[in-house]
Amino acid sequence: MSLSTSKPPAPRLATPKTAAIAARNAADVQLRGSWSLTFARLRRDPASIGSIAVILLIVAFAIGAPLVAAWTGHGPTEQFRDTGLSPSGIPVGPSAEFLLGADQLGRDVLVRLAYGAQVSLLVGVVASIAASMIGVVVGVVAGFFGGPVDTVLSRITDLVMSVPFLLCAIALVAVLGPSLPLSIAVIVFFSWTGLARVIRGQVMALRHREFVEAARSLGASRTSIMFRDILPNLVVPIIVYTTLMIPSAIVFEATLSFLGLGIVPPTPSWGNMLADAANGSLYLIAWWMVVVPGGALLALTLAFNLLGDGLRDALDPAASKGGKGA
Amino acid sequence: MALLEVSNLVVDIPTEDGTVHAVQDVSFTVHEGEFFGIVGESGSGKSVMVQSIMGLVAGARTSGTVDFRGRNLLALDDEAMRSVRGREIGMIFQDPLSSLHPQYTVGWQIVEQIRAHEKISQQAAKARAIELLERVRIPDAAARFDAYPHQFSGGMRQRVMIAMALSLGPALIIADEPTTALDSTVQAQILDLLDEMRREFGATVVMISHDLGVLARVADRVMVMYAGRRMELGESANVLCSPAHPYTAGLLRSSAFNREPGTPLVPIAGRPPSLLAPPSGCAFASRCPDAMSICSERPPLRRYDDGTEVACWLEGEPGEPPAPELPPAVEARSDDPAADASIVRVESLRLAFPQRRGPASVVLDDITLEVRRGETLGLVGESGCGKTTLARAIAGLVAPTAGTVTFDGHELSTLGRREWRSLRRRVQVVFQDPFGSLNPRRRVGSIIGDPFRIHGLASGAERRAEVQELMELVGLNPEHYNRFPSQFSGGQRQRIGIARAIALKPELVILDEPVSALDVSIQAQVLNLLDELQRTLGLTYLFISHDLSVVRHVCDRIAVMEGGRIIELDDADRLYRDPQQPFTKRLLAAAAPEIPRTPARRRLVRAARPREAGPAPVLLPERAIEGARR
Amino acid sequence: MTRFILSRVGFGLLVLFLLSVFVFVLFYVSPSDPARIIAGDKATEELMAQIRVKLGLDQPIYVQYLNFVGNLLRGDIGFSYRSGLPVSDLLYARIPVTMSLVFGAVVLWLAIGIPIGIASAKHPGSLRDRFGQGFAIVGISFPTFVLGMMALFLLYFLPTKAGVTLFPPGGYVPFAQDPLGWAWHLILPWTTLALVVAAVYARLTRGQMLEVLGQDYIRTARAKGLTERRITYTHAFRSAMPPLVTQLGIDIGLMLGGVIVIEQVFGLLGVGSLAVTSVAMQDRPVVIAIVLLGGVFVVVANLVVDLLYAVLDSRVRTAAR
Repeated sequence: MSLSTSKPPAPRLATPKTAAIAARNAADVQLRGSWSLTFARLRRDPASIGSIAVILLIVAFAIGAPLVAAWTGHGPTEQFRDTGLSPSGIPVGPSAEFLLGADQLGRDVLVRLAYGAQVSLLVGVVASIAASMIGVVVGVVAGFFGGPVDTVLSRITDLVMSVPFLLCAIALVAVLGPSLPLSIAVIVFFSWTGLARVIRGQVMALRHREFVEAARSLGASRTSIMFRDILPNLVVPIIVYTTLMIPSAIVFEATLSFLGLGIVPPTPSWGNMLADAANGSLYLIAWWMVVVPGGALLALTLAFNLLGDGLRDALDPAASKGGKGA
Repeated sequence: MALLEVSNLVVDIPTEDGTVHAVQDVSFTVHEGEFFGIVGESGSGKSVMVQSIMGLVAGARTSGTVDFRGRNLLALDDEAMRSVRGREIGMIFQDPLSSLHPQYTVGWQIVEQIRAHEKISQQAAKARAIELLERVRIPDAAARFDAYPHQFSGGMRQRVMIAMALSLGPALIIADEPTTALDSTVQAQILDLLDEMRREFGATVVMISHDLGVLARVADRVMVMYAGRRMELGESANVLCSPAHPYTAGLLRSSAFNREPGTPLVPIAGRPPSLLAPPSGCAFASRCPDAMSICSERPPLRRYDDGTEVACWLEGEPGEPPAPELPPAVEARSDDPAADASIVRVESLRLAFPQRRGPASVVLDDITLEVRRGETLGLVGESGCGKTTLARAIAGLVAPTAGTVTFDGHELSTLGRREWRSLRRRVQVVFQDPFGSLNPRRRVGSIIGDPFRIHGLASGAERRAEVQELMELVGLNPEHYNRFPSQFSGGQRQRIGIARAIALKPELVILDEPVSALDVSIQAQVLNLLDELQRTLGLTYLFISHDLSVVRHVCDRIAVMEGGRIIELDDADRLYRDPQQPFTKRLLAAAAPEIPRTPARRRLVRAARPREAGPAPVLLPERAIEGARR
Repeated sequence: MTRFILSRVGFGLLVLFLLSVFVFVLFYVSPSDPARIIAGDKATEELMAQIRVKLGLDQPIYVQYLNFVGNLLRGDIGFSYRSGLPVSDLLYARIPVTMSLVFGAVVLWLAIGIPIGIASAKHPGSLRDRFGQGFAIVGISFPTFVLGMMALFLLYFLPTKAGVTLFPPGGYVPFAQDPLGWAWHLILPWTTLALVVAAVYARLTRGQMLEVLGQDYIRTARAKGLTERRITYTHAFRSAMPPLVTQLGIDIGLMLGGVIVIEQVFGLLGVGSLAVTSVAMQDRPVVIAIVLLGGVFVVVANLVVDLLYAVLDSRVRTAAR
């Protein structure tokens, strides 16, 4: 099972493989910049437009959280035990006073939702960007240098991938004490591996492409090859992968908070709002406590996933449709 | 008797960019027992056409009729079509490796086909499969029955495909570029086998190829396609020896095997029209040397008394455009006028890759070679013979295991970093694959400007001016400076690669299969460009190719490689006239022979407007009856 | 081939070693004092010192670690600080619950995800494909616990309030005791887990199938006159399978280590919920045992996947000969 040594390439086939590809090749390619083409494709995709709108809405909601608090007159951790709870101590449902209801301590779910959005977005975006940076660096270095460097980095990647991550995460958080930075660190630590593998594979493939050899034969330095020849070809997977990493980071954070290991109460986050709802199965009588944060969480992750898919289709239409020749 | 009758076939394929009109109003008849060839360049619609006849093109919209043994294949339902496929019409595809399922044994795959159509026992099917494998001359067929496709060589795999296509004794075999992916010596064997099997099984063969030379060898009749249309159809001797259509004539003129070595090829100018918006008149008009004003109207179908049918307005024979005039050659460039005549010396070069298990694999073995200043040295061999690796070693891109490469008196392995960089200015490489050798994410201007950037020679407006001058020189529109490689055709991309290679005025250019991926008419353009550049810039070429006819056409001397060694090296002429080694002889025997040009002796019978139903306007009434039903 | 297997086993042992070191160091730096946990709040310093000596906690960390590994090799995982019970007993009680949950869910998610993926890939862009893709993206976006809570609310609470008991709220009945009750109690958790994971498999299957269906050998299969069904399953799915098997192995390995969230939501006393309570109570031996158990499952699953891969791919198989 030895990996292939550099084999001289066979003569290229003069005719493309499938009929449909041949037809497509024969069709004249019009002069269009790749970015404008991408935007044109995105604009044609209602799912992408919708998800961008949802994301922008939630971002505005998160930024405007203090405004929401001021408008309702309820602070995010303020308890209204007299107005927010029924005499028997049961939280009140959506009403004029509490638009989205109150929780078990009589806090306004709407206000907490807004502040919780800050946490979700912050964790999602920061963790994915950090993780994708690590993934790209590891992947590019491993793929470009190959040899022992690649072996070591790939083994480390495999190692992190073979760890039961949720178990380790809760052990880690339990010992070190829950906090926002630790949540982000844990998420980053367990998220970079996927992208690292993808990028490594791409770089290995690109490294043997003729245009890299052409650059080498012109006397280009390694740095020049890496940044000018290889990196531009990685933009698509990096953008798509990072976008798709955001929703999983958001869910990861919510899961940690749900298990009581993420954001420390009383600071609101969507995860610990759901944990409050689950506590003593309270949500069975106060449904809004699960529907509101749960729905928001679903909307946000769904929007990012749809956007990621839309971006992939727009940036790299051939890949998503497969080579559907026959 | 007609076995397959295609009338007014139209195939449209919707794509994201619009509808591709892949096949436009094509009619032809294949007679029982004949070998029918379809020739065309990429994008001519030939593959799409036969595959859509078989219902294998997803999403294609077809109209017209395809009459096969009294049934219209286009109107059959899925179940009926399924019983035609494989049982009555067998197919052979271009790349036998990717066309066989990698996870099943070849025996299993043949048995599967037999049992899909016939209710026979596993044992009986297996016995028949082994017999078929024996008949296509797979050695030790019974044992090879249980081998996987990757355990066969390319030629053997194609034999398996042929055995599979023959397994149910189909009336018609469609072979779609069956030899294109194979080495030329193997190509010849497969062609012979195909022809032999046709006779033995009494089948009819329709074979598609981009290669006129291949079809000239085997086809009884040929149809020439261009831009989704049928250009010419007739007995292959008539069509190929005295073409009636200017396109066929142009193809023959631009084929290297068909031209005297040393004479320039006569390329067909321009490139094929877009199939998204094909011209309403003759598709070839924009490139045709005989174009007239009437060519903007759809051409009539002219029939000649020798059976040739041509879609063209031209009444006489196609004209012979003058060969392009070549500039006078300048003296080979050299920085040091006292330098000796050889620019590169390779001495006992050896290159071996260590294997994890077993002995190292030897790619290059004891190679001694000299490239003389100003010459074009050809390096010929089949895939895997080490010719590309040798080129890379000469360019200094791979380090040899033993032996030396000396460039202009400097031994490559002793060069320091600075000298190595300066060497990069003097030796350049043009790569085989015009799609792979240009970075798809960078603009053409920046790709061609790379040599200036890397060596810090010109920047800003100065670099831009240099690049645009180069683009002009290689025949690209300098206004396309800001385009991406994907916006150019294969031939144009190869020009970009050439512009990049000559940017720093190198002395030696290594051309690694520079035209293998291009269509014949485009090949000629690029070969002529290379010739022209060599003359005006005084370049030395190392020309690598698997295509003997191309090499013979452009090279002064030829080195033949086999198994990592140079087995023969001689002047091009002498090597052709008097090959010494058996392998060279086999290579030469496998190469396409020149097609003799004979003056046409045919009379126009009848001309018809293609789309119109009913009796067509008759030009020569007395011959009309004869011509109508041939 | 043997070399390959040995290297994979070696790698697995390395993973387990690093995991155990990680957990050990983690608890060593932890501010909490196990002696306090065992002895209770009112314990005297004297008693706590005694306990430390008994547990060997007064020794340097590497001695503690070596003792731990020594015991482990003798089959002794230790005792819970909280309950004083052997950790192995605790795990034996929990593993059947998690196994039941995971294997039932695996069957379900394969049965849902793969057919959807195949149907999508056969007609890309069709209504069926859009539907399948829509299912997949919603499933992927749904946090497991939100779906679980919604399922409980809609399928348990509302019907029960209306007087019809469709499903139990959770809990676990051993299979040996009452197979029907076992399935009935697990059906909601199974479905919840399966829906979320099936979405991943639907996407993966679709992507793989699309790639394979574009291959030349599928065109050959059509040209041979095979039925669409045979082309889809015998030819295309056969080639699309290896990556699915890889993913499945990884998923099963990860989940056997504890389907933490689902167990929490449905009140199932499996390994995952044991992990959560033990972590909260700083019950060091139990946490170490669970993390290592999770590691063993992952390592074994990866090993099985590697072997299966070799069986499934003719190129690897024949190269091994």
